[in-house]
Amino acid sequence: MSAESVDVAVVGAGPAGMAGAVALAGLGLQVVLLDEQGSPGGQVYRGITLAPLSRRDMLGADYARGNELAQALAASAVRYEKGAAVWQVTRDHQVSYLYGGRSHTLNANAVLLATGAMERPFPIPGWTLPGVMSAGAAQILLKSSGLAPSEPVVLAGCGPLLYLLGWQYVRAGVPIKALVDTTRPEDYWHARRHLSAALRAWPYLRKGLELMRSLRRAGIAHYRGAEQLAVEGTEAAAALTFSAAGKPVRLATRCVLLHQGVVPNIQFSQSLRARHEWDAGQLCFSPVVDRWGELDVPGIFVAGDGAGIGGAQAAALQGRLAALGIASQLNALSTAQRDHQAAPLRATLARHLRIRPFLDAVYQPKEENRIPADGVMVCRCEEVTAGALRGFVALGCAGPNQAKAFGRCGMGPCQGRLCGLTVTEVIAKARGVSPGDVGYYRIRPPIKPITLGELAAE
Amino acid sequence: MPTDPLFQPVASEARSPRTVSLSFNDQPLMVPAGSTVAAALLMSGINRFRATPVSEAPRAPYCMMGVCFDCLVTVDGVPNRQSCLVEVAAGMRILAQEGARDLLLQPANIAPGEVQP
Ligand SMILES: Cc1cc2nc3c(=O)[nH]c(=O)nc-3n(C[C@H](O)[C@H](O)[C@H](O)COP(=O)(O)OP(=O)(O)OC[C@H]3O[C@@H](n4cnc5c(N)ncnc54)[C@H](O)[C@@H]3O)c2cc1C
Ligand code: FES
Repeated sequence: MSAESVDVAVVGAGPAGMAGAVALAGLGLQVVLLDEQGSPGGQVYRGITLAPLSRRDMLGADYARGNELAQALAASAVRYEKGAAVWQVTRDHQVSYLYGGRSHTLNANAVLLATGAMERPFPIPGWTLPGVMSAGAAQILLKSSGLAPSEPVVLAGCGPLLYLLGWQYVRAGVPIKALVDTTRPEDYWHARRHLSAALRAWPYLRKGLELMRSLRRAGIAHYRGAEQLAVEGTEAAAALTFSAAGKPVRLATRCVLLHQGVVPNIQFSQSLRARHEWDAGQLCFSPVVDRWGELDVPGIFVAGDGAGIGGAQAAALQGRLAALGIASQLNALSTAQRDHQAAPLRATLARHLRIRPFLDAVYQPKEENRIPADGVMVCRCEEVTAGALRGFVALGCAGPNQAKAFGRCGMGPCQGRLCGLTVTEVIAKARGVSPGDVGYYRIRPPIKPITLGELAAE
Repeated sequence: MPTDPLFQPVASEARSPRTVSLSFNDQPLMVPAGSTVAAALLMSGINRFRATPVSEAPRAPYCMMGVCFDCLVTVDGVPNRQSCLVEVAAGMRILAQEGARDLLLQPANIAPGEVQP
């Protein structure tokens, strides 16, 4: 197996990875940036270099902002490898990726993981039916292909991304049947202790208010405090049912888009056996990192949403901070220079993060949508229900890894990505302990599917 | 089989200048070049990409970003391709994946005896 040596391997070309890679190259280091997508941008700026102007305009100014980062990347000395799916990162800095049907390996002096976030699972009855998608999935279709639902769509759940998609649909002239919001009016009241910090992050707050106002102006039916969400249908989605203000509602639709926030993608940091902690505010596991984003695995850094949800602008700043930390570790920068250059970045980062506690509190996903009733599918791959999982707990199953042995839960092709948090929380609740005590699946490489043929071709 | 497409281009989208022809379950389709297989199938009215190995329940893309694996299809004879991550190509032969358990190199998720929480 031949391995190429580089100073730094960066995984993920979203804002964190692009900004980090460009900063590292600017400090004279040899950088390879790997991303499985066909163009840079990550989730937030997906397709930014390819989208026609009309689409960019419809998606809004925050999307267009990604162009600056993509241009800086193109003008830099970074070797950007598109279509490179990283399937393994080892504790001694070997990075293996699939490209063009073959596996390749880099030996790096340092690794920056910038693999971002994924949407939180939304386990409700019927969420596996064709026609039910995540709001992020629908937004990907809009960003990269200019596609939107062909009939009035129902958006359900909570969180900024859901409202942003609604706003983008309104601008694109896409009919929305209803916004079924799980946020209750009193949630704003409960989040009031974070309001003064949020007010100091006024641009974010104003943006959110504008999104909601535009949905209202467009005359979209907005149900608040929706509970008992369920999708009806046999072969495909036919309707969303729920109760709002104590009354049952049924909205016929072939397309239901679900969203209740994003959580860090921790596949790599977990597979590295790095320390993770349960974040009680964001209700997810995050890797434990130092001020520069370094894990408790020396020389491996995490930047952006993969280290905890902070948003696109925070991600780019964290990417630059990690670059400073890495450069100083590799003796391309003195610690004095590092600290000097980091100070203004940290101040700006703190400003961008001020809004988070408020958002986390207001849009905290409801327990019934995280810890579902017995009949609801938890593991979509192996079709394990919450009831079956509780049955395993009654038989002595204490955590996610045992759940695999009891009933193949989490053993399908998605490797637990879409059930991991649900499994942790269902078991924790059933055992009456904290999710942190229950822990998460043990993740093993390959992180991305790889065939024996691809491996043999290395 | 195709129904009315669940997704269509928004009004402001110019018609894609380049198309490629491919087939899904031996039925010919013309789709925009550069799109992913999943996007191309969804806009062509395909709403069932696979059936689960356990109960043969129908599935279609859920995440479009490589997380859920509900978009698995067979492409040119290779099973278990994530159609949301594969770009369309002229002449591609795509088949729905009906119930086959994956032949991927799966992580040895649990070693016997390893059942610590
Ligand atoms: C579907 C979705 C849509 C979103 N849309 C918006 C939005 O419109 N506006 C907004 O403000 N926020 C949005 N967010 C939140 C958003 O994730 C962040 O604010 C921002 O994108 C975080 O940047 P990042 O650099 O940390 O990660 P990302 O932008 O997520 O970039 C991570 C990159 O890593 C790559 N990657 C991951 N795993 C691998 C691997 N194994 N091999 C190779 N490459 C890999 C991915 O392809 C991706 O390009 C969205 C989140 C999701 C999940
Ligand atoms: S749609 Fe989820 S992996 Fe392709």
